[in-house]
Amino acid sequence: MHPAPSVIIFTVTAGAGYGLLFWLALSRIASLAPAISNTQLVVAGFIGLILVTVGLLSSTLHLANPKNAWRSFMRFRTSWLSREAVFAVLFYPVTLLWFITGGNGFLSLLVALLAIVILLCTAMIYASLKTIRQWNNALTPVNFVLLGLAAGAVLLTLITLIQGTYTPRILAMAVAAIAAAAFSKLIYFSWIGQPAGPTINTALGFTRATVQLLDVGHASDTFLTKEFGYQVDRAKIIWARIIAIVVGFVLPLVLLTGLVGTPGVVHAAVAAILLMAGIFVERWLFFAEARHVVNLYHGQQRT
Amino acid sequence: MKLGLVIDLDTCVGCHACAVACKQWNTSGTTGPLSDYEPYGKEPSGVWFNRIRHYEVDEYPHNKTINTPMSCMHCEDAACVTVCPTGASYKREEDGIVLVDQSKCMGCNLCAWACPYGARELDQEQGVMKKCTLCVDRIYDVNLPEEDRKPACVLTCPTSARFFGDFDDPNSEVSTLVRERGGYAMMPEVGYNPVNKYLPPRERPAAPVAETTTDSAEGDNQTKTQSLLGKWLQKQKSAFDSLGER
Repeated sequence: MHPAPSVIIFTVTAGAGYGLLFWLALSRIASLAPAISNTQLVVAGFIGLILVTVGLLSSTLHLANPKNAWRSFMRFRTSWLSREAVFAVLFYPVTLLWFITGGNGFLSLLVALLAIVILLCTAMIYASLKTIRQWNNALTPVNFVLLGLAAGAVLLTLITLIQGTYTPRILAMAVAAIAAAAFSKLIYFSWIGQPAGPTINTALGFTRATVQLLDVGHASDTFLTKEFGYQVDRAKIIWARIIAIVVGFVLPLVLLTGLVGTPGVVHAAVAAILLMAGIFVERWLFFAEARHVVNLYHGQQRT
Repeated sequence: MKLGLVIDLDTCVGCHACAVACKQWNTSGTTGPLSDYEPYGKEPSGVWFNRIRHYEVDEYPHNKTINTPMSCMHCEDAACVTVCPTGASYKREEDGIVLVDQSKCMGCNLCAWACPYGARELDQEQGVMKKCTLCVDRIYDVNLPEEDRKPACVLTCPTSARFFGDFDDPNSEVSTLVRERGGYAMMPEVGYNPVNKYLPPRERPAAPVAETTTDSAEGDNQTKTQSLLGKWLQKQKSAFDSLGER
């Protein structure tokens, strides 16, 4: 699949924003950071909302006809994209009300819940596509949620360190979230390595003999080849995986677990930057490694 | 009604006439224009509702060229409709035709991602998704003579490899063809229940291969062409060869 920068920026920044707001809301309920004042809550919350807004604005750049974007609320019953749009818009008034009420307990619960639901909806847009086996599995939503939570937890660690409301519990949550995200991403990488799904034979209905493409029928690139025919070297993919795991998970874990001195603001800041950079590479891989079944008609033997 | 196409892979010669007729009709039809990008440039491209690809099935000497025209399959469980967030993509209750309401489409491409058959193409100039309409602006046009109320691709096919009709009617031409010729759906495992069906190539006797003709000493044709001495020698040889056999 063509890795569109607008969609990569959208899923990464909005994911981190929802993750941050989730932890912030949870800190109110589960008293992760009891010393946090209402002003500090609003400041941290606004950082999350800015990330979410930048992401959502970026996602509209992906639309070929953005003047009809408001219509995306119309098919809540069947479309995950519609559900995401509805919940993303609903999130703003709920969060603002939560700020105004000074982190009301019930609203905290609602904000945390909505943040997770939106992350799930984003993931399900991809996971529900039966045409792309690298996406159509249970680990896609798990990864989206865990990566959003890991980014949000590291950002909250950084913010609370700056605000002086830091508690070791927050750091422990961040370390656990990164470890969980890394673990599920590693399983995902090995999972999608298994050949599965349609082949050129089932695509054309000739299952008792070999099938090869003689002529693709078009002289130059089409919408289909541009959108789905994205090809990357295997070596490049492996390098990107190593970079995503080392930069996104290993180095932040090293910094935050105190292996290189007691974690402070600098540690958390560097960890946050590295983690976000790693997730950008991970999200690029998510698209670059996905192979749509229409490629079978263009001569690929399997996806 | 369940309208759709049957395409005979036995008779299709891969001439692309159906794709051209489709483009000609639809570019000036209700979904038109079907934009072209750099049509006279080095890399001409554009929107097509129908694309024909060519494959080789099996290996020499059993190989066969297969030409596969592919357009929207008007699936019974069309995921392109369920994933659409705007409601622009819809399947008609009355005849099962899958259409795009271009005034509602926001061009997010999600329906194209959901389609395994590459049936949907974004018109980059107009910013909306386009697809085969089964010539909905033609098949119901009462101003046309009845025999012309068929999709443009079906009417133009020079080898009559394309058939249009109602799959809900068990006695329609399309239903009969599917029943009698073993018509099948492409990539059924994705689970969208495509309506369009393909007829497999007919079984034909294998063409004689050089190897078998030289070896058949008993073959009538060959012995006729030989001289008497040659025949006698051939007979002796086969008698000698068969000595060890039981």
